[in-house]
Amino acid sequence: MDRRTFNRNMAVIGTAAALSPFGIARAQAQKLKVGVILPRSGYLGFIGQSCQKGADLALEVIKEMLGVDIELMNADFESNVDTARTRAERLIQEGANVLVGPFDSGAAAAIAQVAEQRGVPFVINIAAAPQITEQGYKFVFRNFQTAGDIVRNGLDLIGELFQATNTVPRTAVYMHVNDTFGQAMTKGISAMLPSRTQLPFKVVDTISYDPAAKDLTVEVSKAKSANADFLLLVCRLNDAIILRREMVKQRWQPMGIVSPGSPGMYEEQYFKTLGKLSEYSISNVPWYNPKAKLTQVVEKAFKKHNPKDNLVFHGLNAGFTFEAILIAADAFKRAKSTDPKTLADAIRQTNITEKMTLGAPIKFNAKGQVEGIGSACVQNLNLLPTVVLPKDAATAKPVFPVPGYKKA
Amino acid sequence: MPALDLVANVVVSGILTGLVYGLMALGLSVIFGVVRVVNFAHGEMMTLAMYAATVLFAAFKLDPFLAMLPVAAAFFVFGYALQAGFINPFITRPEHSQFMLLVAVAIILVNAMLMIFGPDARNVQVDYQLDSYELGPILIDKGRLFAAAAAVIAASGLFAFFRYTLTGKAIRACADNYLGARVVGLHVKHLYALTFGLGAVCVAIAGCAMVLLVDVTPPLGPAYTLLAFVIVIVGGLGSMGGALLGGVLIGVSEALAGLFIAPSAKSMFSFGLLILVLLLRPQGLLGRRA
Repeated sequence: MDRRTFNRNMAVIGTAAALSPFGIARAQAQKLKVGVILPRSGYLGFIGQSCQKGADLALEVIKEMLGVDIELMNADFESNVDTARTRAERLIQEGANVLVGPFDSGAAAAIAQVAEQRGVPFVINIAAAPQITEQGYKFVFRNFQTAGDIVRNGLDLIGELFQATNTVPRTAVYMHVNDTFGQAMTKGISAMLPSRTQLPFKVVDTISYDPAAKDLTVEVSKAKSANADFLLLVCRLNDAIILRREMVKQRWQPMGIVSPGSPGMYEEQYFKTLGKLSEYSISNVPWYNPKAKLTQVVEKAFKKHNPKDNLVFHGLNAGFTFEAILIAADAFKRAKSTDPKTLADAIRQTNITEKMTLGAPIKFNAKGQVEGIGSACVQNLNLLPTVVLPKDAATAKPVFPVPGYKKA
Repeated sequence: MPALDLVANVVVSGILTGLVYGLMALGLSVIFGVVRVVNFAHGEMMTLAMYAATVLFAAFKLDPFLAMLPVAAAFFVFGYALQAGFINPFITRPEHSQFMLLVAVAIILVNAMLMIFGPDARNVQVDYQLDSYELGPILIDKGRLFAAAAAVIAASGLFAFFRYTLTGKAIRACADNYLGARVVGLHVKHLYALTFGLGAVCVAIAGCAMVLLVDVTPPLGPAYTLLAFVIVIVGGLGSMGGALLGGVLIGVSEALAGLFIAPSAKSMFSFGLLILVLLLRPQGLLGRRA
């Protein structure tokens, strides 16, 4: 090779190299790569898989709604916070334009740090720890209630429940799982309950229990002996099942079981394991609006992807995961770019009025938090979690006091 | 101060659960008392028995009490083979080698169960599971009562076997004097394997009974191994009566601690009891001084 040929070749390579970023940018602008980080295995595996169903159906629904092409890059963080951090790093290295996930506050905090350091937008589907959006992050956004909002809305819905059913329970026994979530909820309830004048009941006993409890005989005996009108419960799934069974064994039939905002009693596994005993349990939680137009569209897509399954058992998980991807896609459509900063700016300007979940339109405040997300009073009726309040979203009337379990 | 009927209910429940715990720990105590090997895979074996009961229930609607027969038979073979094939060669080796061998067995069992059954909780749903007997102000959970009865029957059978049968007496001879037993011509290694098999039978029966009280997941194993250790140390390592007594004591103390102090702190009390026994009576309540 002579000097001239060498120089000519180098000039061609140099020009190609200089132009290639534009080429990449052009190619990326046609498709949004969404890194979906969920706990699809480990102790949160059940819920992670439920969230994944919302992500899977998002592709076609969003393509139809916005005409935007999305590529999902799925990652399982195995219910482990450290793994969540490394999965987020890897997704960004592999070209994810935006991250979505992860159902867990600990993992969300870890992913938020990575997203902020690498300057990649992160849209949280479900995680309630308030501090995640209190750090002054520029790339972290959350379309879910904080723990404080969950408790506030949950307690307000208890008041609405009593009003709707013309009941005035005077006493409650409060049982809660003794983990970070349970303690945060207890703190919130203790702080907010005294100021809720529409709630006429007094908490006569508070009983905490081990989240890994295998037997709740003593706890239920103690709660039963408090002779309270109803059970106020902050639980998770397995303990909720054990507790319900133990209540039946000990023939304890309070006016009802009401959760002011915890998982467990609306999960599919609760129904599968308990059968008719799952009936009438009440959970006041962030939920989807069964009457919303978008819900009908999502429900259709869900049925297509999961013919043997029912969206109602995945409403919270799939609904908020779908919306997180919708937020990213909507921003991408407006930004017309996958540049992380442009995308983050576009997410900040989001205003989605046509949404699936309850509450105000999706708009982020300066901290990256959506305000005004609504909760529903979800009661287990006919072996399905059913919205009974607020009235405009309800598909059935609330039942309280609940019939005895033998009549269930 | 809790009402008397509440205390009575909690104590009865603690005794019944404690008896099942006791049977589980009895297996550990028997194996240690004779073979002088500490079975670190004990809880994992019990979890395996619980899974076996759920599988038989799901496949054949076999009640866990009927499932005790095939599960116990399978566990006897498993225990015998484990001792004859793996543990016997380790009998004369240093204790840390035995320890590592059984820890390895435990880890393999937990991971195998995770691979086969997954991480989700499983249970059996028999007709009487949610029923209870009413005895004045005391409610006795049927499943718990039957489980405790099975534990008492199995423990009595084991006591009788060791006391009245020639093989039982031969096993006791091995436990008392290893060299003497060999001198009089006893086939010690076979008797050791037999003992491990019997210990596994205890675990199998306890597992089938326990599945009526708690849902089973693979990580349950290490927790039960620890619980079995606490019970046999409180009752006296190697003492059969001590294991049952230890089980009842732990069951009742946990229940009462949950009632009088805080339910979420109840397991703290079994360990408190353990420290107390170690300080005041290191050989355990019914154990013999070394």
